[in-house]
Amino acid sequence: MAKKQAVSFKLNGKAVDVVVEPRELLIHTLREKLLHTGPHIGCETTHCGACTVDLDGMSVKSCTVLTVQCQDAEVLTIEGFEQGGVLHALQQGFTEQHGLQCGYCTPGMITRAYRLLKENPNPTEEEIRYWMAGNLCRCTGYQNIVKAVQQAAKQIAATAA
Amino acid sequence: MIPGDFEYYAPKSIPDALGLLKKFGDEAKLLAGGHSLLPMMKMRFAQPGHLIDLGKISELKGIREEGGNIRIGAMTTENELIWSKLLQAKCPLLVEGARLISDPQVRYKGTIGGDISHGDPGNDHPALMLALGASFVLRSAAGERVVLADGFFVGTYDTLMKSDEIMTEIRIPLPAPATGYCYAKLKRKVGDFATAAAAVTLRMKGETVGEVAIALTNVAPTPLKARAAEDSLRGKPLTDASIAAAADLAMSICDPAVDQRGDAEYKTAMAGEMTQRALRTARTRAGR
Repeated sequence: MAKKQAVSFKLNGKAVDVVVEPRELLIHTLREKLLHTGPHIGCETTHCGACTVDLDGMSVKSCTVLTVQCQDAEVLTIEGFEQGGVLHALQQGFTEQHGLQCGYCTPGMITRAYRLLKENPNPTEEEIRYWMAGNLCRCTGYQNIVKAVQQAAKQIAATAA
Repeated sequence: MIPGDFEYYAPKSIPDALGLLKKFGDEAKLLAGGHSLLPMMKMRFAQPGHLIDLGKISELKGIREEGGNIRIGAMTTENELIWSKLLQAKCPLLVEGARLISDPQVRYKGTIGGDISHGDPGNDHPALMLALGASFVLRSAAGERVVLADGFFVGTYDTLMKSDEIMTEIRIPLPAPATGYCYAKLKRKVGDFATAAAAVTLRMKGETVGEVAIALTNVAPTPLKARAAEDSLRGKPLTDASIAAAADLAMSICDPAVDQRGDAEYKTAMAGEMTQRALRTARTRAGR
């Protein structure tokens, strides 16, 4: 067995240290070692987006990133969205627009939408659909997911103004 | 699914990476964005004993114009290609192609150099490179060589790149102003490889075709340069009839693998259709 490696990174703003085999995937470290079970394992094959996390300003599928690649990285998961008991605008949007049915894809959807709105604060519906295409909802609740992202965009813009 | 056992290295410089490559030889694999290799490792289609991650080598990143070429660091991601002002202004074919690759998450990690050197006929950059007349810089401990995209792709997962080499840079001759272009890609869904795709660059000379390049994705063990189709168009007016005839010539060189995307006849027909669409769109963009 390959020697384990110590990896330090920031998870939702807090420093964490883990010791992992090089072959360990980020999703497993997050869920099993750091007990952040918000990112879900859907397909394990880079297709579904349920395991999406934000890594150094990129939306990535954490089933296709090695934990050893994350030395000194900043990782954001759904657990980092609510602040002081106040839901993030995206969480509020998904709640009010019924942007989820079974909820399995939701952490990945919200985490992806977070980066989308950072890069494009006022996306059109078409842009939302294009830039969210890496996340699948098997309940097929896409209409309301788009509305949820639109509501969040408006709320974020109103708060910033 | 978890990959098999391997040792991991993240060198900070190209010489360090070359040293590791030399030390471990065929037991080593280079890791670029990881969105082809890691899935293959999970499936045990690849089982390298040593994984050399190029992700911490900053000199492998970046897009710049130099000496009549656009030079792109091999570890530049698809997302960086899409948002590059230089490419948007001077090489929009590459932006159009990158936008059609996989999905947003994959494009944050997937790199142009990884896509090219993987040698997968389903990847999109190889045909784009053929259409753009690109060349690749390959570095080994012995030095550096520059090879043309045309001839680089030898077979499925097989290229001219040797196991002791690292692709460091992609060089694209600056397309002339008013060059028409298009990447027409048929895919079943977001994230899928092309059923068939065609990359075209086109320069009109008055009412006739000056220069034209046509390259095809995923309809043979390698990307294809449709030479006969190109020859049939040069020096003649670009009409619906000449476009259809060129598409027939492009179809005649197709030798697609049969899979869930379709049988050989269907894929070949789609390669013809994509060739027609790409030529028509390129014509409207050619500023004639």
